[in-house]
Amino acid sequence: MEDCLAKKMEITVSEAEKRTGRNAMNIQETYTAYLIETRAVESQSEGQCAPVESLWRRYSEFELLRNYLSVTYPHIVVPPLPEKRADFVWHKLSADNMDPDFVERRRIGLENFLLRVASHPVLCQDKIFYAFLMQEGGWKEMVNETGFQLKADSRLKALNATFRVKNPDKRFTELKHYSDELQSVISHLLRVRARVADRLYGVYKVHGNYGRVFSEWSAIEKEMGDGLQSAGHHMDVYAASIDDILEEEEHYADQLKEYLFYAEALRAVCRKHELMQYDLEMAAQDLTSKKQQCEELATGTVRTFSLKGMTSKLFGQETPEQREAKIKILEEQIQEGEEQLKSKNLEGRDFVKSAWADIERFKEQKNHDLKEALISYAVMQISMCKKGIQVWTNAKECFSKM
Amino acid sequence: QDLSLPNGTPVDTSSPASSSSLLNRLQLDDDLDVETRDLFVTVDDPKKHVCTMETYITYRVTTKTTRAEFDLPEYSVRRRYQDFDWLRNKLEESQPTHLIPPLPEKFVVKGVVDRFSEEFVETRRKALDKFLKRITDHPVLSFNEHFSIFLTAKDLNAYKKQGMALLSKMGESVKYVTGGYKLRSRPLEFAAIGDYLDTFSLKLGTIDRIAQRIIKEQLEYLVELREYGPVYSTWGGLEVELSEPLEGVSACIGNCCTALEELSEDMTEDFLPVLREYILYAESMKNVLKKRDQVQAEYEAKLEAVALKREDRPKVPTDVEKCQDRVECFNADLKADMERWQNNKRQDFRQLLMGMADKNIQYYEKVCVA
Repeated sequence: MEDCLAKKMEITVSEAEKRTGRNAMNIQETYTAYLIETRAVESQSEGQCAPVESLWRRYSEFELLRNYLSVTYPHIVVPPLPEKRADFVWHKLSADNMDPDFVERRRIGLENFLLRVASHPVLCQDKIFYAFLMQEGGWKEMVNETGFQLKADSRLKALNATFRVKNPDKRFTELKHYSDELQSVISHLLRVRARVADRLYGVYKVHGNYGRVFSEWSAIEKEMGDGLQSAGHHMDVYAASIDDILEEEEHYADQLKEYLFYAEALRAVCRKHELMQYDLEMAAQDLTSKKQQCEELATGTVRTFSLKGMTSKLFGQETPEQREAKIKILEEQIQEGEEQLKSKNLEGRDFVKSAWADIERFKEQKNHDLKEALISYAVMQISMCKKGIQVWTNAKECFSKM
Repeated sequence: QDLSLPNGTPVDTSSPASSSSLLNRLQLDDDLDVETRDLFVTVDDPKKHVCTMETYITYRVTTKTTRAEFDLPEYSVRRRYQDFDWLRNKLEESQPTHLIPPLPEKFVVKGVVDRFSEEFVETRRKALDKFLKRITDHPVLSFNEHFSIFLTAKDLNAYKKQGMALLSKMGESVKYVTGGYKLRSRPLEFAAIGDYLDTFSLKLGTIDRIAQRIIKEQLEYLVELREYGPVYSTWGGLEVELSEPLEGVSACIGNCCTALEELSEDMTEDFLPVLREYILYAESMKNVLKKRDQVQAEYEAKLEAVALKREDRPKVPTDVEKCQDRVECFNADLKADMERWQNNKRQDFRQLLMGMADKNIQYYEKVCVA
């Protein structure tokens, strides 16, 4: 297996910039552009640093890239993009796309996306992806020329297949259920977490009021004055500490969000399988009915009720020549159909095999990442508590000196 | 011992509350250890009584003493809030120049607070215990006749009825006589005390509100946390490899909830009542200051009257002297009491706020462990 791109190249999304320009409908708009920097890793011998290449991309181009990848590699669980609009906000976080904190977190999310694609054994080899990183001009045209949009399955077709498929691979059905539930549980979690953060913020901030009142109180006291004053200062520190704490927690939330969006990617793979399976089933069904028709025409017996049968009964039967012609056509179609069925079967089996391999890879990645995320969350909580202990111990000391 | 007042006037020794002996005793008191105290009072064992007319709670008041004034070394009686209230009124009447410790609030809004809930009864018991202990520690109040009766009498009601008619009349007259005089100039120190008390109550009120707000916010936080934990559990049920860590997080959050609950409870039960008590204390102290003002006003008015009359009536000077006496007494008592009060208050708050800090520390430690 070739080394994936991530090992050969350093990729970063290092900056974000506000831009204004005219869009497709010639309307003035503001958007954010992100600077992608790449540098080859290999040539770092003798202390020489490879040159950094860079170009600017906006979010919509990332979207285009991802759509291309999803359509071109339907058996791969394609990494998701960071959210388009700010979701799961709590009161202090702004829902504004232009808000600098949001932009910063998105920058990190986009970098993460590129790194995920670059470290995927299959995706990293894609030329369009490479061009996305290296070629600023003409990239959009390049993507469109691949004609990937034509390959995309219509949503309606997919929905139809989901309902009508008779024999999907059980593993995919289970996977679909899993991703549905995963999505539901993570979004619930994120919602509650946002509320928890809100409340915690409130608790900390009210303590700041202590700072003020202790200060005022210390003014009228003699022996207690100094103690109160310094304790008040610690209360202020306590109240201010929540801002940093919650900012760190946002990173945790972002990690969870990535997997929330991954659930959709999983479902996409399942849908593709269902579609292929349905196609297969329809083709098989079609073949069977054609064979039957052929047989009926050949033997002249009408086994099943059909309109043809009725009309021919009513309006007289065909001439033998006509019948022969029909049988010939059908036989050709059956031949085609059997070949198609064979290849579809093969396709289907290949798809299942490679999709399942990627899914296993994904599962391992997910378990690893989420475990780390949970651990770092726990570490965050512990550090928050240690800070709390520090502040209150300091305050206690002040009080004891009163 | 020098039994004369600072201005040289001989003290009327018929009054037991002479200021200089007080001050001397005060100095002794400051050096007193617990071992040399001769009076110990405790309030405990609340019991509910159901009668046809009403339901109420009584508390056991236990006294241990080596003082000669008491017949027995130990006493145990049952008292209800009414009795404490009566005691306090009696002390205010008979020792108007002293600062009487406050009682917990008398009236509670029915429906909002359950008068018979464990927490309420316990909070009240603690406050009543503190009330009696403060009186016990006071060099003058602890020798008060009514206090002794309160601690020892088997049937307090009988005594109450007895003393009611006489004393109440006297009490009233004291009030009305000293009314209606305008104060010329308040000595600076008492003005300062007045200002201090005003600001003090204000600040305490603010702290009370802040503490309540924090508790409220913490409880709302708790509500959210309670929903947060189980979601991790649900997720854990969905996963295979991750189920252990997810369950772990869920359990931790559960522990945090418990710890937080305890913190809020402790704050409500220990911190807030003390704040309120000091606010009440400040109120009653302001009343005493007012009375002091009135006594001084009366003294000044009478002095003026004498100067105008220029008569040598033996009665008036004595009258004036008596007033002056009272004023001086008042002033000295107040000063002494204020100093004790400040000291005690300092220690109380020290303990209180340290306690609060401690509780928070404990909370965080528990969360850490989780």
